[in-house]
Order: sequence, then C-alpha cells, then structure tokens
Amino acid sequence: MAKIETIKTEKQLLDKIEHCGACLEKKFHCQDGHRAIVICGGTGCLSSESAEILAKFQKIIIEKGLSETVTANIVGCFGFCSQGPFVKIFPEETLYTKVKMSDVEEIIEKDIVNHEIVERLLFVDPVTKQKVQKQHDINFYKLQKRDIALHGNDEINPEDIDEALGDGTFIALNKALHMTRQEVIDEVLKSGLRGRGGAGFPTGRKWQFAYNVESEDKYIICNGDEGDPGAFMDRSIIEGNPCNVIEGMMIAGYAIGAKNGYFYVRAEYPVAVDRLKKAIAELEEAGLLGDHILGTDFSFRCHIRLGAGAFVCGEETALLNSVEGKRGMPRPRPPFPAVKGLWGKPSVINNVETLANVPYIIREGAAHYASFGTDDSKGTKVFALGGKVNNVGLVEVPMGTTLRQLIFDIGGGIPNNKKFKAIQTGGPSGGCLTEKDLDTPIDYGSLIAHGSMMGSGGAIVMDEDNCMVDVAKFYMTFICDESCGKCSPCRIGTKRCLEILTNICDGKGTLQDLESLKELSAVIKANSLCGLGQTATNPIISTMAAFPDEYRAHVVDHVCPAHVCKSMTQYHIVPDECFGCGMCARGCPAGAIFKTEEPSKKNPRLMLHEIDQSKCVKCGACMTACRFHAIIKK
Amino acid sequence: MPHLQGSAVTQITKIVERYKDEPTPLMMILEDVQKEYGYIPLEVQELISDLTGVPVSEIYGVVTFYSFFSLTPKGKYVIGVCLGTACYVKGSQLVLNKFSEILNLKPGETTEDGLFTLDVLRCVGACAIAPAVSVNGKVYPQVKPEEAIKIVNEYKNKEAEAC
Repeated sequence: MAKIETIKTEKQLLDKIEHCGACLEKKFHCQDGHRAIVICGGTGCLSSESAEILAKFQKIIIEKGLSETVTANIVGCFGFCSQGPFVKIFPEETLYTKVKMSDVEEIIEKDIVNHEIVERLLFVDPVTKQKVQKQHDINFYKLQKRDIALHGNDEINPEDIDEALGDGTFIALNKALHMTRQEVIDEVLKSGLRGRGGAGFPTGRKWQFAYNVESEDKYIICNGDEGDPGAFMDRSIIEGNPCNVIEGMMIAGYAIGAKNGYFYVRAEYPVAVDRLKKAIAELEEAGLLGDHILGTDFSFRCHIRLGAGAFVCGEETALLNSVEGKRGMPRPRPPFPAVKGLWGKPSVINNVETLANVPYIIREGAAHYASFGTDDSKGTKVFALGGKVNNVGLVEVPMGTTLRQLIFDIGGGIPNNKKFKAIQTGGPSGGCLTEKDLDTPIDYGSLIAHGSMMGSGGAIVMDEDNCMVDVAKFYMTFICDESCGKCSPCRIGTKRCLEILTNICDGKGTLQDLESLKELSAVIKANSLCGLGQTATNPIISTMAAFPDEYRAHVVDHVCPAHVCKSMTQYHIVPDECFGCGMCARGCPAGAIFKTEEPSKKNPRLMLHEIDQSKCVKCGACMTACRFHAIIKK
Repeated sequence: MPHLQGSAVTQITKIVERYKDEPTPLMMILEDVQKEYGYIPLEVQELISDLTGVPVSEIYGVVTFYSFFSLTPKGKYVIGVCLGTACYVKGSQLVLNKFSEILNLKPGETTEDGLFTLDVLRCVGACAIAPAVSVNGKVYPQVKPEEAIKIVNEYKNKEAEAC
C-alpha cells in the first residue's frame, strides 16, 4: 500500500480534499472511456459472496488487459439487502442486482467491453414488472434521503481514506476547529439533533453538560453496541463510512474538551471493527488523529473496545462499566455520565448514527439540517426494515415520513398477498403499531403517543401469520436472557411475565393471567433501575392494547387465531384437495399420516390421506412436503 | 496451577503484556484469551488474576456475565442460529429446532466428538437475509429447516476429507 501523506495544516488538508475529490469525480464521471465497477460490501452481500465476486472482477480485468481503464472496488452497503449482491457500473450508473459469481464474465463482456446492458440482472419492479436500470429510479430509493447518516455509503470505498477525503470528510472538522467550542455546541443545539440510540435526548444538551464540567480528562464514547434484535443501522454506518463517524466523534470531542474517544462495538460485527481499526490507523498515520490536529491545539485519539455479547451494555452506564472491565450492569443515576462517567471523568455517550449526523450539521449548517423533519424531530432517521416486507433493507428517510410510506412505498408492501398486521419499532423496548397508526408521521413524539417509540430504528413488519402473544413471548424470552440481574423488578418480574405468557401459548391461560400481566408490567415499569428494565414490558403492554381479542382468544376460547401456538393448532388434510400422492406421509417424522379407504376426488386411483391427531407432533413437515396445498392449519 | 502447560502460561502472559498500557484491560485480555483457546477455564482466570492483580472473583464475575466468554471448550464448528426478531418472525425457531434434532443438542451444548456446538445468536445484523445461520462467522442466508442437514453435512464432509 502506498505511504500515507501527512496532513498537518489546514492548507494541506484542503489541497488533499481537492485532489481526492477530483480523483473521485473522475472515477464516477469517467472521462476518456474509463469505467468504474463498485460492489456492495455490507454483511448481507458479503454472505452472498460479494468479496469473491469482487476478486473475480479484478482477476478478469487483469486477464483481459483492462486495468488501465477499468477499476473495481468494494463500497459500503446499498441498503436494499434483499436484492443483493449489487454491482454498479459508472458512469452510466447501471445497477445490477442479485449478481452471482457466474454472472461476472457476462457483465465484463457485455457491459464493460461492448457497452450493452445485461438486461436479466436489472431490478424488476414488483408492481409494474418493468426493468429499472438506475438506482435512483427504483421505488425503494425514491422517497429516501440517504446523504446524511448513510452519507457516502454506496459510493466510497470504506477501506480507503483518500476516497473518504475526496467525499468531503474532515471539511466539517476543519470548520469546527475555526469555531469556539461553545459555537459548535450551539450549532448542534440549533440543528435539533436528538440521540438516535433510543431515548432521543437532545445531543447538544448532552454536550453542554459535559462542556460545563471542569476537568483535565473528559471522554467521548461512541455507542455501537447495537443489541436490539432486528436493528443493523449502526453496523452498516460504520462498515460503509467509518471516517464519517470518526469525524463526528472528533467534533464532539473538540466541543466538550475531550482528548480521547472510545468506540464500543459489538463483537458480533467483525467487518465493522476491522474497517474502523484500519481507518483509525490510517488517520493516525496521516496525522489527522493525534497531537495538534491541523496545527491547532486540539489533540484527539480514538480507541476501540469490543462488547462481549450483553444486550444491557447498550445502556450507557452499563456500557461504561463494561469499558472499565466490569460486569456490564447499569449504575444508578445521578451522578450522570456527563458529570461522572468513564473512570469517574465527565463523559458523553453518543450513538453511532447520532455521531454520523454531526459532520453534516457542521458542514451544511444547522438551519439546513433542521429544514428536514418535523417540529419535534429534525433531520433523517435510518431504519432497518425487516420481517414480512418485500423490500428488506436499510432505509434513511426524513423524519415525518409516514409508516405507510415506509412499509408500502419504500418497503413494497407485504409478500405473498398477506395482510399487514403490525410493525414493531424500537426493539424490545418499543411497541407494536397497527393498521390504524399507518398514517402516523415518524418522529419521536408521535411514536410515543401511539404507544411505541423510535428506539434505535429496528422496524419489523408482521403479517397475519404472526401471533402477537407469541411475539410478546419472544421479546420476554430475550429480556429474561439479557436482564443483568441487578435489580429485582426486572430480574424476577420479567421471569414471571415469561412464565405467564408461556402458559398462555401452551393453551393453559386464564383471564386472571391477563390481569396479572398488566399488573406486573406496571410494577416492572415503575421500579426498574435502568431504561432497559423500565421498558422491558412495553412489548406486552402494547400488544395487549392493540390486540386484546387475540389475547382473549388464547385464554377464553383456547385458540391461536394465527395458528402459531402449537398446542392450539392442528394440521388437517382437506379431502377435496388431497391427491393421495402420499408425499406427506413420507415426510412425517412421527408416522401420524395414514392412507384411508376412500379414493381421492382429484385422482381416484389413489387414496385420501388423513392425520392421526394423537400422534401428530405439529412439526409442519407435511405442509412443506405437500405440493397441492392440501394441508391447512386450524 | 498444575493444569496449565508452560506454553499456555507464556502465551497468556504475552496477551496480558499486550495491554499493559491500557487503564482497565480486563475485557480485552479475556477477549483475546477466548479467541486463542475457545474458552477461559478457572486456571486461566487465576493466572490472569496473578498477572493483573484483579481478584479472581471479579474475573469470574465478568467471564460468566458476558455470553461471548465460555468456561467450557466449544466445538470446532460453532453453529449459531439467529433468534433476532427479523429472523424469528421468519421462522428461525424452526431452523434451530431442526439443528437441535439433527445434532441431538440443546442450544449451548457441544457434541461429544467436540465437532459441533449449537448456539443461539441474538441478531447478527443480517436481518435482510433472515433467517440467518452463522458457522464460525460464515453467514448462511435465508436458511430453511430442511437445509440444516446440508449445512451440518458440509462440515462433516470437510472433516472426513481432512482425515
């Protein structure tokens, strides 16, 4: 690798940015017949061999003697993960989806050499059935604003700081260093930026508290312990543009007067950790991290600490304990971390996405940033849209976008013509929103008013096949596993809730159970020590409020309307549909399916099959095995 | 410490040395030891305690608190089935049950031949390709219950070839 030039003055930085910017510009606009191939390097696409696809592109480029005019590199995450791996060709900006190893030769041969589009790899709009050539014409991208937190994510090579610089990284830091520390804080206050990790506390105020405390040592901590199951925006932000987050952290460090910053990242995210390490090492070598940054008095260093698989460490005081090498249990507050945080020093803990917003605010100005969003929530929010929705992926939308737009316009609706049932936002601390809430604009206030919360941005869509009692039980199992055990309301209370829910799902519930659940939930909410405990029962409270009939059906009629809870579900073969082929009987592990004496109406030469309910283990193997959809759940 | 080999003592001392300038390095030390040996038995905790001055009771507390640290050795191949929300609503519980049935293991257990450990993961952030299964870090996308046997066999065959 080429040696990294040192950048010690403002002039050197600006020259470098101009030079790298021109290189990047040249790459994307490709004068003199140059072509650039970029490939998605997010975790989703990497698991579908995108790294191997890149290697194959590079190999063929060399073999065909195209190295002079064609480049290929990895970029961050395209966000539209259900269609990955992506290959995008510049300057035409043609986007190929679901690319496989076997497609590489064809792309090179047709597109790169002969300038023909490989039609079969283009995205097909599920509604119009039209092929779409360019990324920004795909409905999934149309309503999004992907240039604040996901800035650079599908354009620059996350492992090349020159590309980050060319994309304008560190312009904001340079600008901030010309402002007083108070001015930087005021700018962030004015922007209306609120914490993206869950609670939504105004970021500028957090900084102000830490700024106000006199201390030789202060710390800025980036919370990348994204433990909410179903949320992966922090991972993608770090993987896609680590320098942007580092810059945000440096600006925060300058504002509060910290010399050291700690990234606390989940150990489950090895790619994010590697890219972050690499970026930090290169920035240190360039002199952009270290002493007297850009010739000023500001000195700053970044460190990385890994989580070790504890959900509660996403809570800021628990996170501090974990960095200090202790059990990750929350501390009582006050004192707040801004006064007494890491190693007893004033500390600010900001979420990854929050810090990723900061450079944009400083670069473009608070007023411009605040022009996006609603009165109570400014800017954009990244959501990890998942579950039963067509377009699964990472979405950045301006605050105030409605849930309907999120699920149906961007998300493309529910697969297999199923009916939308609920969307769970905010992870285990959040709640379920239903049909009637679909036109709610997404902002901190309205989500809370409708019984859920923003949380870190997980958005899991559920359809009519999901049982809400089962979902509540799922979250309770998670919370019981992850409760740190320090305070008894959370430790014991959640366990009792889980027992009751398990009973209900086993068909042994009573009306009294519903009362007990309500009462327990209220007690846990009021008495737990930390935010995680206080919100632990939100999934129960919100599903009970939104789906009272479903709960009643479980405890009064002992039926599970969605046919999920096994004890209350039976598999049946519909005689009119049965072909008598016997595939179900062969697939049954319990030998519960037998041939009757009655001939099939569809094929009278064969006999109808039936399920012996006393032997059935309800595994569903017969349903998968049946090719005629003759097996139903009741 | 009669159970520890000299080479292990040297290696662990080296790991502790690596972080001597860090203010509170316990987590970093434990992470490296876990990575190196796959588990952190009591003897090792005692050694770390001697080297760092952190009481062994505290180290034991930390090791048992975090799910990444293990007191017993894990299998050569750790099969992790994601039970994050996105995977769960798409049926990953059924995938887990299938692995459980094939390997005859409860989650957290290791096969007698030391080949496979079955683990439950809490979201690997690969929600777009749910249900996700990870084997030693390699992520398998959109795994159906009936594909479980294929994944297990892939590693069994790998072992057979190596023999």
